[in-house]
Amino acid sequence: MNSETARLRWKTWACAAVVVASNVCGNYFLKSGMPAELATPLDYITVLFRPTVTLGVLLLILWLASRMALLSWADLSYVLPVTSIGYVLVAIAGKVLLHEQISAKRWAGIALIMMGVALVSGGTAPQTFVPEPAPGADQ
Amino acid sequence: MRWMLVGVIVAATTVGEVLQAMGMRRHGEIRDFRPGAIGRMLSVLARNWMVVASVVAMAVSFFAYLGLLTVAELSFAVPATAITCVTETALAKYVLNERVTWLRWAGASLVIFGVALVSA
Repeated sequence: MNSETARLRWKTWACAAVVVASNVCGNYFLKSGMPAELATPLDYITVLFRPTVTLGVLLLILWLASRMALLSWADLSYVLPVTSIGYVLVAIAGKVLLHEQISAKRWAGIALIMMGVALVSGGTAPQTFVPEPAPGADQ
Repeated sequence: MRWMLVGVIVAATTVGEVLQAMGMRRHGEIRDFRPGAIGRMLSVLARNWMVVASVVAMAVSFFAYLGLLTVAELSFAVPATAITCVTETALAKYVLNERVTWLRWAGASLVIFGVALVSA
């Protein structure tokens, strides 16, 4: 592995960690702050001013920004499976924080997702397309 | 109704994420993460029609997802919409010209089956 590939791989993993963490935490705060029912269209707006929901939305904005940054150098077909590790973290957070039971079927699903993430992140390079030269770069 | 919403979510998410990848690729690799540089980058991205269109498509997807959650259970909504992993991988190969090897197809397939089991 040359130094450029290694640099991209480390940068990709660091950014993917931010993408996953902000998505998992953002969804958690969004769900925990949501009322049982949103009756009118106005409720969809007013609910955004609840502190927990606001925090969730801010984290989801961080998720969107970090994902856009990641896609500026990494393949979409790499980012999709690698960031799916979030499904696993949500299930584990449910067990650790909320003391939910994880059935054998869910453990099997977690194992399959982990295998998929390991196959793509360990077996392929983050970038396979040829980047366009930056504007103003020497030809 | 629920399958119509799934169709809207899959179409909007797929189009949105592929446009986002195209727009960010056109922008080029982000190397400077200081606040000032991020502010300048956001102003550049706000004029990138692919990125703007992708945000609109993902907003459509988000509200359709909220609608789906009112007529279907989470255990249906999550695995049904995970199919975007396949549609986006196919478009990554044929539209974004990424080298999608059998390892990536295998990884995406494992993730979809895994999501279906986790959500069941």
